[in-house]
Amino acid sequence: MRDMVAERRIRSAPQKSRKHLENDILLVGQPNVGKSVLFSHLTGVRTIASNYPGTTVSYAMGRMRGKGSTLVVVDAPGTYSLEPLDEAARVTVDLIDDAKRIINVVDSTHLERHLPMTLELIAQNKPLVVALNMSDEARHRGIRIDVEELSAELGVPVLSIVAPSGEGVKQLVDTCLDLQPLHKPTHNESGHPGHHPHIQHPAPTGRGTSCPGHVHLDRDRIWQRVGELVEKVQTLEHHHHSFSDRLEEISIHPFWGSLLALAVITVSFSLVRLIGEFLITGAVGIIGEPWVELPFGTELLFDKVLHPPLIALSRVIGVESFLHKLLIGTLVDGRIDFMQSFGILSSGIFIPIGVVLPYLLSFYFVLSLLEDSGYLPRLAVFLDTFMHRIGLHGYAIIPTLLGLGCNVPGIMATRILESRWQRFITATLISIAVPCAALQAMIIGLVGRRGIGPVLIVYGTLFVVWLLISVVLRLTVRGFQPELLVEIPPYRLPTFRALGTKMWLRISGFVREALPIILGAIVAVNVLYQLNLFAHLAAIAEPVITRLWGMPSEAVVPLLVGILRKDVALGLLAPLNLTGKQLIIGSVLLAMFFPCIATFVVLFRELGFKDGLKSLGIMLLAVFLTGSVLNLILR
Amino acid sequence: MEKLLTELKPGEQGTMVAVHGGRGIQARLRSLGLVKGQTLRKLPALAWGGPVVVEVKRTQVAIGRGMAARILVRCK
Repeated sequence: MRDMVAERRIRSAPQKSRKHLENDILLVGQPNVGKSVLFSHLTGVRTIASNYPGTTVSYAMGRMRGKGSTLVVVDAPGTYSLEPLDEAARVTVDLIDDAKRIINVVDSTHLERHLPMTLELIAQNKPLVVALNMSDEARHRGIRIDVEELSAELGVPVLSIVAPSGEGVKQLVDTCLDLQPLHKPTHNESGHPGHHPHIQHPAPTGRGTSCPGHVHLDRDRIWQRVGELVEKVQTLEHHHHSFSDRLEEISIHPFWGSLLALAVITVSFSLVRLIGEFLITGAVGIIGEPWVELPFGTELLFDKVLHPPLIALSRVIGVESFLHKLLIGTLVDGRIDFMQSFGILSSGIFIPIGVVLPYLLSFYFVLSLLEDSGYLPRLAVFLDTFMHRIGLHGYAIIPTLLGLGCNVPGIMATRILESRWQRFITATLISIAVPCAALQAMIIGLVGRRGIGPVLIVYGTLFVVWLLISVVLRLTVRGFQPELLVEIPPYRLPTFRALGTKMWLRISGFVREALPIILGAIVAVNVLYQLNLFAHLAAIAEPVITRLWGMPSEAVVPLLVGILRKDVALGLLAPLNLTGKQLIIGSVLLAMFFPCIATFVVLFRELGFKDGLKSLGIMLLAVFLTGSVLNLILR
Repeated sequence: MEKLLTELKPGEQGTMVAVHGGRGIQARLRSLGLVKGQTLRKLPALAWGGPVVVEVKRTQVAIGRGMAARILVRCK
């Protein structure tokens, strides 16, 4: 047994250092059944929940009070079975080893799809309670489940709950805490449905174990057994077509589905820009001249509130002093330009709060709507044909979309893809050619001043780079055909509560983690400028930067700062008086050149050291070529 | 009559007879309830070599075309 555990642990790379995680209550269930919602209810720890399979790619841990002591609750990633087919299942199997009690979260509206794993779990011989979640939705759809009968058939307690409202959660916890550790299985507890001798070890560590055919046979038998069970405990009433049924049909329809996908993509991008722009400038409009301009937005706020005291401070400390450089930066025409001055109190506060935050709010609002509605898996289906051409399958679009917010969760989300190779391509592409919301906010803020054309060139170039890298990578590996296989969840109306929690988590994450780095980067830049260290670096880098890319040699500074934070780095291009062409090239290079420090760390953690290096090699080559080509073709 | 899942017409129903493929594919399909003897209905879904979408046990599942071509179904 010990060997088996050890083997499993080794096989669960990329995170080789997985430790034992003792837990009092483990939540196990299939993807998208609402485990995360229940987990938040139990522990008060807020986690991100969405309406598509694979939202929780790792486990989450929290604590709750119960029976006079503090209990550790762990939310396992969603998995369809305990066969270690993917990372999620491997993690779950490990967690079950260390669990004292298990709550199996089941979707009441699709009992027959979820009970197979319940039977697998029962065979694990751990204290177990089954929670029938979404029981309100089941009632609504005319699905009736005889809970007592099911409990008697399974031999474990079964309870109905509605996780979002908390209905039934208290009884669930009480039942769970009353569970006694099961005695070790004696020979053959015949008649007991789950304790079939042949399914005693449903997760024999995958490849290479003895008689795999045997396991197959029994797994098929599990499905048979589930069929009988469901027949007994579930009655379906007539259910008439609802609006969401119609919408579900339309969204995978050959013609209407394509139209809908195009509409959703266009509206989403426009909405992000519309809301973001409005929060910053008070202007309402998507392209060209705004339709309406209102006295609103962060620009106005900073000019009215922060500008006067900073100017006063500037007079006190004197324009030439080092302190002035550090705190306020350089004045432009006697005024502070919050985008260009580059002091800690001017740009240091304005870039994260005045530019990046509004765009993050806007982006995550739209993304959360898409996530919670259940549209994303449908988009994956729609894009599957196209993604196949570039060696991926449709589901790779989900990490990519997340990457447009922040590369870090995007790269983490590549775990929902089955093979190492797909994860490598998708993560590499995200780190090179998918600009995060912070960077995009600056691109639109800075490059957008020269018109919509240059912005489109920047985005277009990044898209072409994304496409070319994936096509080239596809050529290097022959005969590899990833296949989409995914459950499409029903449409659900996003709730404000879930939306709010998610946005709060993501935004506060940004403020907590990015803000200190942004301020630190600005301090570092000012100090280094003062020490004149950059002059030497600029001299070394000049052949590439100036001759090949047509940039001024000072551009070496933003490129280096880009390793810390992309948004700050792009801001550093502002005072360089670049031509339109140089600004475009600079923005593209910054977007592609070394991912920011946080992305860098996650990239290596997810891919491993060797593949991380490969990914960086591809990045350097791509940056080198893209800069040169742009310099040649742009005027 | 036996057909491949890809050959099924939109709206047509069938019963799964066999999966041509290794253990990995079998297991992935099984985890979503696609096992021998299961009844499924093909939904009218995207053209141009896109995935096949089937309804199985009141759930929609999208199956990549390559994988769908390995699934044999019996229909009337």
